[in-house]
Amino acid sequence: MTTTTSSPSPGLFDGPEPEDWRRYFGFSLDHKVIGIQYLVTSFFFYLVGGVLAGMIRTELTTPISDFLSREAYNEVLTLHGTIMIFLWIVPVVNGAFGNYLVPFYVGARDMAFPRLNAIAFWLIPPAGVMLITSYFIGGASQSGWTAYPPLSLTTPAAGQLVWIFSVILLGGSSILGGINFIATILKLRRPGLKLMELPMYCWAMLGTSILVVLSTPVLAGTLILLAFDIVAHTGFFNPGQGGNVVVYQHLFWFYSHPAVYIMVLPAFGLVSEILPVHSRKPLFGYTTMVYSILAIVFLGLIVWAHHMFTSGTPPWMRLFFTIATSFIAVPTGIKFFNWLATLWGGRIALNSAMLFACAFIVNFVLGGITGVALAQVPFDIHVHDTYFVVAHFHYIVYGGTVFVIFSSIYHWYPKFTGKMLDERLGLLHFALTFIGFNLCFGPQHWLGINGMPRRVAEYDPQFTLLNQISSVGALLMALSTLPFLYNVIASYFKGKVAGDNPWRALTSEWLTSSPPPVENWHGPAPHVRHPYGYGAEPQP
Amino acid sequence: MVVVSLVVAIILIGLWVGSDSSLLPVQASLNAPLYDQLFRVLYSIGTILFLGVFGVLIYSLIRFRRRAGDVSDGAATEGNLPLEIVWTAIPAVVVLFVGLYSYNIYDRMGGMTSLGDHGGMHSMEAMTAMDQRPAGEVWGGIGTATGLTPATTVDVTAMQFAFIFSYPSSNIISGELHVPVGQPVELHMKANDVIHAFWVPQFRLKQDIIPGQPTVLAFTPTREGTYPIICAELCGPYHGGMRTSVVVHGQDAYEQWLKQNSPDPVAA
Repeated sequence: MTTTTSSPSPGLFDGPEPEDWRRYFGFSLDHKVIGIQYLVTSFFFYLVGGVLAGMIRTELTTPISDFLSREAYNEVLTLHGTIMIFLWIVPVVNGAFGNYLVPFYVGARDMAFPRLNAIAFWLIPPAGVMLITSYFIGGASQSGWTAYPPLSLTTPAAGQLVWIFSVILLGGSSILGGINFIATILKLRRPGLKLMELPMYCWAMLGTSILVVLSTPVLAGTLILLAFDIVAHTGFFNPGQGGNVVVYQHLFWFYSHPAVYIMVLPAFGLVSEILPVHSRKPLFGYTTMVYSILAIVFLGLIVWAHHMFTSGTPPWMRLFFTIATSFIAVPTGIKFFNWLATLWGGRIALNSAMLFACAFIVNFVLGGITGVALAQVPFDIHVHDTYFVVAHFHYIVYGGTVFVIFSSIYHWYPKFTGKMLDERLGLLHFALTFIGFNLCFGPQHWLGINGMPRRVAEYDPQFTLLNQISSVGALLMALSTLPFLYNVIASYFKGKVAGDNPWRALTSEWLTSSPPPVENWHGPAPHVRHPYGYGAEPQP
Repeated sequence: MVVVSLVVAIILIGLWVGSDSSLLPVQASLNAPLYDQLFRVLYSIGTILFLGVFGVLIYSLIRFRRRAGDVSDGAATEGNLPLEIVWTAIPAVVVLFVGLYSYNIYDRMGGMTSLGDHGGMHSMEAMTAMDQRPAGEVWGGIGTATGLTPATTVDVTAMQFAFIFSYPSSNIISGELHVPVGQPVELHMKANDVIHAFWVPQFRLKQDIIPGQPTVLAFTPTREGTYPIICAELCGPYHGGMRTSVVVHGQDAYEQWLKQNSPDPVAA
């Protein structure tokens, strides 16, 4: 045995790791420290992305372009999309919760590759800082988070190149993380622990990591070609030199559609952990839940062209992608029905974690219904690239994933810190978020159907009132972060002591102290055969 | 009994909600009523599903809420295969129905018409005027349900940040699109700089205009009036301002417009 496993993980230069708060600012190899590093860093970027969203909603309170310059507006919307996807949601549901929880769930003392894990995290801050500073130095990318050529070839090159380099770094971080999760889940399980005994979040992370490893390299390759077109004047995507702009769209969406599942599947996994604990019932239909994750992974890889129905694809291709996309509703539906069945007959504690988790079900079902509608070519051809789509994906990614992130923070904060969060502030946070969110994005469905395209700084004056309502919703969402921030900071110092297992949960992160020690358990790793064994006779 | 009547009530609410068309802009093309028919069906199904899930969720949260001091667990139900098969089968059937139905709508809109059979594709001059590429490589938006040879063919050029419409048969160049009511129109579209999109909400139609890749869009306007043409693909700083109008004239008024605007009095 080397020192790596028998003593606290050594730092980058094999020196002893600090035991106090300083380890959160260094090159720690502890999966829990890295998880918290991901969580706090990505939450910082969430606040930045939120300020950008506020700038967008401020511009849209009037039908004319009067708050930002037109160029700045496009920079802001590009940064908002890129930051929220690559610096908030993907790192938080994968990097933060994945790193913290997966080693516990597989009964390991750390991830399979601790150094790779730390490197993956430390790629994120420079990429994020670079992206944000590009706004202040010469201007950020103006071509949207999709960076479609030829627009991305003709807008100012410096900002576009910084964007490409940042996204490649973030994609690289994601790939390193994905490899680590696959290795950890498949190879680092406690002896005797079977795959079908793993908590559902492990399955979600396995599925997600497969998507990450298969699709992210395609995005990286595509962006390198795009960079060549800008820097070396090659013609991959430049129609003036015989390049093809639609090929870019195929390559881009081959990653960026699975990216939706990279953001959503881990959230499904987290919800599957939270609901059983707070309703004191086993997760309903474990086996079908596992297979529906695998089905979503497979289908998620073959639906990308539904983002391109107006690009002029051949009829047969439109038909294929319509049907494939619609069928994702089947495994997704199974998961929602199983969650409802998990609640049915339980002893439901309607605390902050559960409120956010249940609101996720409501929001996501709405987003899923508009998603099935959007999969239908004739439906999509009218509303594609309109505010209807903006509403749809915010219902999926905010109403779905971000609600789950907040639910998860309320659920695992006691484990992370050893302190309970304040429930009254949690309730206030939930009410403001839920009302603000629906006020912000609900009216946008109507705006899209009736003629408001997305990514515009000016619009038909008949849409003013609904845009203002939407902006009021955005303001409520911004305000909702205040009680949350106060809660997480104040509770850290003077919150009620949580104890090891305040929720009386059965999964293995709760079978140790709060916060857990380095290498997770004081004794040997427990073998949790029934992570959802609520209501059952006590295990022998 | 209560459950059955609740389910019936939810279905009735769904059907009632779906019969309301005030959510949509006015119908101004042959496509629009077809689109709205699909929209209503999806809206009904969506409402029923949403109310069902929402109802069960709210009911559970109230009925199965934890009483103060209760530390007992719920039943150790780990699953129920027949039930799970039912709620796999129902969405599968619904999704299959929606897919087939929307395919039918799409076909009736002319979306499945292969471009080789397309009326407008016979005019090779128009094709070569558009682009040097062979005709087979032109990509089509949605076709038209009439199957007639287009009465009006217009060349559309999109650029930052305007649409230019030229009428090859009468040498008119216009910043607005003027078309006669009740007759099939075919747009031959190309872009000079970046990707744009042609969208008329009242026609329920959208097609990207792609540099290096000519596209065709066909439709039949059915209602006289002036409607917005909106660029729907981010095309640069003034993207939001890239709008113009389509004017659908009566037949006589359209002839009049052609006569007034033709630069060549003999041709008019």
